[in-house]
Amino acid sequence: MSTRNLILSLALLAFGASTALAETPGLGKNITEDEIKPWNLDVLPDGTNLPPGSGTPTQGAPIYAQKCAVCHGEKGEKPAPGYGALVSPPKFDKIDAFKSVSYYEFATTLFDVIRRSMPYTTPRTLNDNEVYALSAYILSLNKIIGENDVLDAQSLPKVKMPNAGKFIVRFPDRI
Amino acid sequence: MTIKERRPRSPMPDVAGNGLLDRRALLGRGIMFAGATAAGAGASLTSAAAEPLKDDPWSLTMGAITPPRQEPSRFEKNVVRTLSNPNHEFRNSHARTPHHLLQGTVTPAALHFSINHSGLPDIDPEKHRLVIHGLVRQPKTFSLEDLSRYPMVTRMGFLECGGNSAPMFSNQPFQGTAQALHGLVSNSEWTGVLLSTLFEEVGLDPKAKWFLAEGADSLALHRSVPVKKGLDDAMIALYQNGERLMPGNGYPMRLLLPGYQGNMNIKFTRRIKLLDQPAMSFYEAKTYSQIIPGEKLWKFHFLQEVKSFITHPSVGHSLKGPGFYEISGVAYSGTGRITKVMVSADGGKSWGQAALQGPVYPQAFVRFRMPWRWDGQPVVLQSRAWDEGGNVQPTRAEFVATRGQTERPVASPLAFPNQHYNSITSWGIDSKGEIKHVYA
Repeated sequence: MSTRNLILSLALLAFGASTALAETPGLGKNITEDEIKPWNLDVLPDGTNLPPGSGTPTQGAPIYAQKCAVCHGEKGEKPAPGYGALVSPPKFDKIDAFKSVSYYEFATTLFDVIRRSMPYTTPRTLNDNEVYALSAYILSLNKIIGENDVLDAQSLPKVKMPNAGKFIVRFPDRI
Repeated sequence: MTIKERRPRSPMPDVAGNGLLDRRALLGRGIMFAGATAAGAGASLTSAAAEPLKDDPWSLTMGAITPPRQEPSRFEKNVVRTLSNPNHEFRNSHARTPHHLLQGTVTPAALHFSINHSGLPDIDPEKHRLVIHGLVRQPKTFSLEDLSRYPMVTRMGFLECGGNSAPMFSNQPFQGTAQALHGLVSNSEWTGVLLSTLFEEVGLDPKAKWFLAEGADSLALHRSVPVKKGLDDAMIALYQNGERLMPGNGYPMRLLLPGYQGNMNIKFTRRIKLLDQPAMSFYEAKTYSQIIPGEKLWKFHFLQEVKSFITHPSVGHSLKGPGFYEISGVAYSGTGRITKVMVSADGGKSWGQAALQGPVYPQAFVRFRMPWRWDGQPVVLQSRAWDEGGNVQPTRAEFVATRGQTERPVASPLAFPNQHYNSITSWGIDSKGEIKHVYA
C-alpha cells in the first residue's frame, strides 16, 4: 500500500461516516472569477471591488442633469411624484424622518446603487468614471464632500458620512 | 325576532368578557348549539324564514367545460390583491394579500403578496443561472435543471415584508382592512434545495461570514445575510404550494430565509457571493435600517417578530346581529413555533385562550380559533401571540413606548413611516355590527 493510500485509508477509518455524508452530487459547472466579472459589481464598505477611475462633483453635474434629474429633481431636490429626494439634512429625530443619501453609514452604498441599478430605465449603462462623478456630485450636494474633491477607489471608502458608527446591530446573536 | 333579542345562555360558561366561549366548545361539543336550537335560537339570522326548495337552473343542465387550469368561481371576483401601482409607472409596485377574505393557513400562490422594485422580469428558466462564488473553494454555476437534481426539502413558511403593518405606526388608527394593514405577509409551502447543500458543493472558506444574494431583476437587488443563517435553514426555493414559483414571488428560483425580513429573501436569485463583511447594500443601509426614538439607529433587524391578527371578523365584514360567531386569525413568529394565542373581546381587560389549528410549524402561519357569542353590545376584539422563544406580542402601548409613533396621522398604507411593527391589532365593533380599526 502506498503512503498516499495508507493515509486515505486511515482518514476513511477516522471519518468514515462523515466522509460518506460529505460526498456531494457534484452537479453545476465550474466557473472562474474572471467569467463572473460582468455580474461581480458589489462594492464593500472598506472599498473592496471598487473599479479604477475617478470623478469630481463638477464632472458629475452635467451627467446628473441629463440622466438623473428627471426623476430625482434638479440638484437632488423636489423629485418627481413617487420618487425620493437625494438631498436632505442628516437629522433623524423623528421615527419617520426622511432618509436620503445623508442617512447611509458608508459612501460605498451610493456608488454601488448607482453602478448596479441606475439609471432606472437603463441600468448599467454608466461607465465607472461617470459613477464616480455622480457619487461625488450627490455627496457634494449633501455637503458631505467639497466641491473640488476627487472620488476614486482610495478616497471613496474614506468619506466620513454623518451617521458613520451610529448604527446599533439589532440582533447581534444572529450574525 | 328583533336584532336586539338576547340569545339564550349557553350551558358552557364564558371564558372571558363579552361572550368569549371555551375553545373546546367546537371540538365535539356540538350539544351546546343543539341545545340552543331546541330553545328556538337556531333560525337563520339573515332571512326571516326558509323558502320551499326547488331546482335552480344550474341543476337542470350540463355545466361548463372542465378547464386545464382552474380559475375561481366568477362569484369570487372580489378576492384579489390590492395594487399600489396599477398603471405600471416607473417605480415600485405592491400587491397585498386579502386576509379578510381567506381562511386556513396557506395563501393561494396567485394571492401571495408581492413587492417589485422594478417590475417583473420575464425570465427564461432555461437560460437562468445561479452562480456561487467569492470566498469558496470552487465557484460554480447551477442551472434550474442542475438544482432540480439535488435533494430537496419541503417546508411551510411565512414571508413578511419588513414594512408590513407599518400603517399602525400612525398616531391615529389608520382605517383599512387586514389587507391594507397586514397584507404584506403570506404563507406558503416551499420546496427547494437547502443552501447548506450548495455551500457544501462549492466549499466555504472559513473566512466567509456573510453572503450577498442578488436577483436577476433590473436593479440586481441584493442583500447581505450571515452565513450562520445560510447554514441553518436557508433554501433556494423552486416550488410554491407544489407548483413553480409565481413570477411575482421569484420565478424561477428565490432565496428563502425562514422568519427573516421579506426583502432579504432575494427573488430571481442569480448570484450568491461569500464575503468576510456585509455589503451594506442600498436596502440594508437605508430602507431596512430603522430610526428609533431618541435618535437611535438600528441595522440588521433581520427577524420578523411574533405577531397575530384577527381576520374574522375584521374591517370589511359586518356582523348580522347577535349570536354565534367564530373569531379566527393567523399568528406567526420568525423565532419559531407559536405556542399560545389569547383573544379578548373587551379591549384587553380579560382574555381567553384560542384553539390552535395544528400542526403548528416553525416560522409559519398557524390559524387560531375562538368561539364567541355576541350579545349585540359594542366590543373590541384583540389577539395576542406567544412563541417558543418566550417572546410575547406587545400591546400597542408597549410597542409605542420603545418604537414610537408618528406625530401626524398616516394617510396611506404606502407611507411606511418605519419598519418592523408587530403590536396587537384591535377591531372595534359597534352595536350595529360595523367594524373599525381602533387603538385600545
